[in-house]
Amino acid sequence: MSRTAPIPDDGPLLRLAHAVHDGFVLAGRHLTHLGRTPEKIVTGTLTPAVIAVALGYLFDGVVTVGAVPDYTAFIMPGVLAQVALYGIGTTALGVVADLDNGITDRFRSLPISRSSVLVGHTLADLVVTAVNLVLVALVGFAIGWRIDAPAAHVLAALGLLLLFGYAMLWVGVLLGLALRTPDTVNSVSGLVLVVFSFLSTSFIPVEALPSGVAQVAAWNPVTALVTAVRDLLGGPGGVVAADPPLPVEHPLPVLFAAVALVLVVAVPIGTRAHHRAAAR
Amino acid sequence: MEHDVEAEHLVKRFGEHTAVRDVSLRVPAGSVLGLLGPNGAGKTTTVRMLATLVEPDSGTARVAGLDVVADARRVRRHIGLTGQYATVDGLLTGRQNLVLLGRLLRLGRRGAARRAAELLERFQLTQAADRPVGTYSGGMRRRLDLATCLIGEPRVIFLDEPTTGLDPTSRVLLWQTIREQVAAGTTILLTTQYLEEADQLSDHIVVIDRGRVIAEGTPDQLKDSVGREQVEIRLADPGHAETAAAVLRRQGGEPALEQGGRRVTATLSGNLPMISRVTADLAEAGVAVTEVTLRRPSLDEVFFQLTGATAQSTGPAPRKEQA
Repeated sequence: MSRTAPIPDDGPLLRLAHAVHDGFVLAGRHLTHLGRTPEKIVTGTLTPAVIAVALGYLFDGVVTVGAVPDYTAFIMPGVLAQVALYGIGTTALGVVADLDNGITDRFRSLPISRSSVLVGHTLADLVVTAVNLVLVALVGFAIGWRIDAPAAHVLAALGLLLLFGYAMLWVGVLLGLALRTPDTVNSVSGLVLVVFSFLSTSFIPVEALPSGVAQVAAWNPVTALVTAVRDLLGGPGGVVAADPPLPVEHPLPVLFAAVALVLVVAVPIGTRAHHRAAAR
Repeated sequence: MEHDVEAEHLVKRFGEHTAVRDVSLRVPAGSVLGLLGPNGAGKTTTVRMLATLVEPDSGTARVAGLDVVADARRVRRHIGLTGQYATVDGLLTGRQNLVLLGRLLRLGRRGAARRAAELLERFQLTQAADRPVGTYSGGMRRRLDLATCLIGEPRVIFLDEPTTGLDPTSRVLLWQTIREQVAAGTTILLTTQYLEEADQLSDHIVVIDRGRVIAEGTPDQLKDSVGREQVEIRLADPGHAETAAAVLRRQGGEPALEQGGRRVTATLSGNLPMISRVTADLAEAGVAVTEVTLRRPSLDEVFFQLTGATAQSTGPAPRKEQA
């Protein structure tokens, strides 16, 4: 019946190698898009930059928050965490736009791994997050933020922000697949950004928060991220409470656990949901 | 005969809506099957099942000898697909689109670049190669779309309404490229709502309506199935119109007078013997004729008859022909 000789299936290692290769090739596609629409980068830096200027520059010296000596240095890790949170919306919008486009069918008709389309998407958005982190840090320097830490610590802090940011991109995949329209994605991702950012110790030290809220804020993964970055960058932690909550005392294990949990849940569910959503 | 596409009783439902009720078809290797049907007949869903994009709810299909569900991944090495909306990336240039897909098909960076250059040349897109596809005309986009689905030199190509919305020149150019591809031995399944397109390109036509196959055959067989020819008589003198009409009526037709009696037409069966009887009778009645033509039914008429028949299947049966 058939003209072709049976093709042997690839082994698992070769398949993984192909999936990674395809992920990078597809990431290249998104980065080429970005080259044509550079304004997308600017929008990602806008909200965090405004917060940095408003709180760090305008309010600094007028408002005293808790026992924090240098408020700008205190909030900059939180501002950078906002950049990571902003990625949720970026990826969600990208996923929604691609589903409405015939090109998803084309990719699905190719002999490539199911996950490579989303891997490519999130890798490209991670590059966007990295660029935005640098741009927002520059805004911080412009308003007087100074880092007093060895280069290795600065790189480690950047690594933590990107790790957390990557997990958020997969949250964005789920959000996009659940909401399916750009309008709802915009409003929900905006809300997520504000709630997760302000209901953490990004801008207010934990001991200055009302006790009920403090518990919630302490276990918000953004708090673990911000605390870990503050520790690395040598900024004022404001940790003077005698008995700090666990995520504030040991931010790294809490952060890694949160990132692992998000990825373990979101990657398989997102991949399957994306496959189903495209099969209509 | 060797078949590159074989579908048996495919069914696909989307919630309450049954897009495909029962579609079976076979495409011999190296031939073109035209899947013809009105909007919403289930053409696209059928193609999407065959191209492994959606799984059938029941029924089976094999493409290039492989099951489209169990062996979906391997089927994808043998197929090329163009959707009815052009499946290319508007923000990338034509060349970038081709290179991207070439790399995903593991041609390597250099191999993909070489193949892209070849295809751009062949599809007359070299000049526009480095412009974003968003700036292309509809015809250029479709040509690029067809080029992208040939990158991996697939055995089977699915073309879903390849020329919908194109101007006549682009359509003819695209038809020519499709014919070249057939000559090179590729098997093609083409969906269309244009009868002329099916007639021009297909070796075999399957007509579907409301998710079911309602007719199949070669374009000629389908025309024969209607079985009646249109006779057209042009008269030198309109005064003879009634006499000419009477001649046609005697052969079992229902003549219509057109152009003030200068032209008399009727639908009759019986082919050439019928024509010779008609011309003999006209000569005998002293009717001066400038032209007699016999026209086979167009595929449009076949199509309207077929789909009209299913639309009014509860209506009166078609009038029986008198010999």
